[in-house]
Amino acid sequence: MSKSPSGSSAPPRRVALFVTCLVDLFRPSVGFAALKLLEDAGCTVEVPALQVCCGQPAYNSGDRATTRAIARQVIDAFAGYEAVVAPSGSCGGMLSHHYPGLFDDDPAMKARAQDLARRSYELMAFLVDVLGVAKVTARYDGAVTYHDSCSGLRELGVKTQPRRLLASVEGLSLREMKTPEVCCGFGGTFCVKYPEISNAMVGEKSADITAAGADTLLAGDLGCLMNMAGKLQREGRAVRVRHVAEVLAGMGDRPGIGEPDQGRR
Amino acid sequence: MQSTAHDFKDNVGVALADANLQDSLAKLKVGFSERRREAAERLPEFEALRDCARDIKNHALENLDFYLEEFERKVTALGGHVHWAPTAEDARRIIAELCQSMGARTVAKSKSMVAEEIALNDHLESLGIAPIETDLGEYIIQLRHEPPSHIIAPAVHLTKDQVADTFFEHHRKLGFTRRLSERNDLVAEARHVLRQKFLDADVGLTGANFLVAETGSSMLVTNEGNADLSNTLPRMHIVLASIEKVIPTLEDAAVLLRVLARSATGQESSAYTTLNTGPKRPGDLDGPEHYHVVILDNGRSAVLGTEMQDMLRCIRCGACMNHCPVYGAIGGHAYGWVYPGPIGAVLTPQLIGVEEAANLPNASTFCGRCESVCPVRIPLPRLMRHWREREFERHLTPRAARQGLKLWSFIARRPRLYRALTALANRALSLFGRAEGRFHTLPLAGAWTRFRDFPAPPAGGTFHAQWSRRRP
Repeated sequence: MSKSPSGSSAPPRRVALFVTCLVDLFRPSVGFAALKLLEDAGCTVEVPALQVCCGQPAYNSGDRATTRAIARQVIDAFAGYEAVVAPSGSCGGMLSHHYPGLFDDDPAMKARAQDLARRSYELMAFLVDVLGVAKVTARYDGAVTYHDSCSGLRELGVKTQPRRLLASVEGLSLREMKTPEVCCGFGGTFCVKYPEISNAMVGEKSADITAAGADTLLAGDLGCLMNMAGKLQREGRAVRVRHVAEVLAGMGDRPGIGEPDQGRR
Repeated sequence: MQSTAHDFKDNVGVALADANLQDSLAKLKVGFSERRREAAERLPEFEALRDCARDIKNHALENLDFYLEEFERKVTALGGHVHWAPTAEDARRIIAELCQSMGARTVAKSKSMVAEEIALNDHLESLGIAPIETDLGEYIIQLRHEPPSHIIAPAVHLTKDQVADTFFEHHRKLGFTRRLSERNDLVAEARHVLRQKFLDADVGLTGANFLVAETGSSMLVTNEGNADLSNTLPRMHIVLASIEKVIPTLEDAAVLLRVLARSATGQESSAYTTLNTGPKRPGDLDGPEHYHVVILDNGRSAVLGTEMQDMLRCIRCGACMNHCPVYGAIGGHAYGWVYPGPIGAVLTPQLIGVEEAANLPNASTFCGRCESVCPVRIPLPRLMRHWREREFERHLTPRAARQGLKLWSFIARRPRLYRALTALANRALSLFGRAEGRFHTLPLAGAWTRFRDFPAPPAGGTFHAQWSRRRP
């Protein structure tokens, strides 16, 4: 459906895709959508085989030693690429904002972490701010509402970029929620450590999404999307849920998150 | 006050089931954040002022000994007295002795979170001295024997009807026999009841928003003017403040006041800003004859020079809790002690022990909204994470979480094993879930599926499996 985006004058770049563990396990199409958007923008994309997780489960649980071990692994896996791009503000922010602080007592590792931090991006920010992509060629017939995931929004300043690209999708209209910037209650392990609070938060989010009157919910982080999709579906709401990259890459015709998949084998 | 922070999870259950609380929180979430945003937008230099405010507090903290001693010198020269209280117990004892030296029967109190921190009211009552809260919110919760649920709006958890019931119950014996329903009538009745108590009080006790070292002044902002009656009518004025309230100059105070009111309530400035500089001087028409400042440490100095020092920049505006989705869901009482919300999650473990308050810094999604509105740019998520690290080091993290983390870590550090196991998990989840697209229940995921469905992966394998098939 979508063709190569115009408006990009950036030269081809050797970019590594950081798939993220949730996309790898639960929603591979987000990874392929990211790949397509990057290639359409002129990048040569590689997927380093040794990548696993960015380490947030350990980091946010206070396990600094494990976080450091995983960060070293990630730093090794992504050495040498011009840019490292993740379809997630949370994982992207971990690399670009949190890794250097893990190695305050190890100048050599700190320098490597800082080097990776400088090269790491969230997908939407990379497409718009670095590659200068102004529009995509894709079609999505429907009204969407966009949730600003916390790390992307507040750590990385991802706010206008996805909306700019969505504005170029044919057939798509955007209906903002009242509070698109309020957390959905996912928070990684938070949602299972404090399920009642998380439920109150995602319940409120679900009401806000529904009130927006859109038929599709989009966001840039799969964790948040799974949380919101799970709640919307438990409440029997008719809102479909997708990662923004899928819609931008013209993959918006596949079953949404949590929808039945007829399946190929 | 007695902490219930260790019962955090139970407190959460109570809070979520409290319909009145949920009504009140729904209003708070919208009101405070909109007013703050509008106030910030009206002031082009607001972000620059936040930087200045942060720098002023940092400078004060880095030279805290100097400014505290300077403040003491100035107060003493003015004829006042400074008392140093290393612990809550010391502060209680000092204040009780001061009250007793006046033969005090009643103390008019203006809102003070530090007084809550040291459980002053209970102590005074045990000595036969009646503390009378004069801030409307504090007065309401004092009648109800409840702790504050918010640092600037202590009764924000209550609906107007609950307040009306409380007044009806307590004011009947004073001759107010009609149950009121209008907000203004309730305020008028409280004012009437309180006015005589100001006049009768032997001692006035206030907190302080800032202690100004260059002039020896304590500075207080309120919207009710109750502090001014508390500190001018009685013969003795006691100021109770913690060590980090000291700032160098009046000019610094002007910067901090500009961010304080806007962050707290969206006002450009609070209705009353009062400077108290020593006792009544010859020729003064009013003011207290005796002026005492009690300065409390209570564990704060231990964070100076550590990674946690930033928490001491707090100017108690409440913006972090007004914008916190967790606070917005559960309110202030669930946190179980004096300071709720994100700043409470950071301060409480320091002040009453991380064992007691272990849940608080964990009950955050790290959404970062608190830090984004903090007038002095306290990195609240980072500080909460530091507490989690200390809990992990001290084995306070729950056993199941530790073991889960250990297993996950073992796998995540071995990419090939990880790849094999995720391929298996993906295949199983997809096989059993894809027809419906999601699970209503799932082994080991009960905390998730109790409230939400769990999305199943579509057919085709993990990303990495598909990738290696596609580009060998």
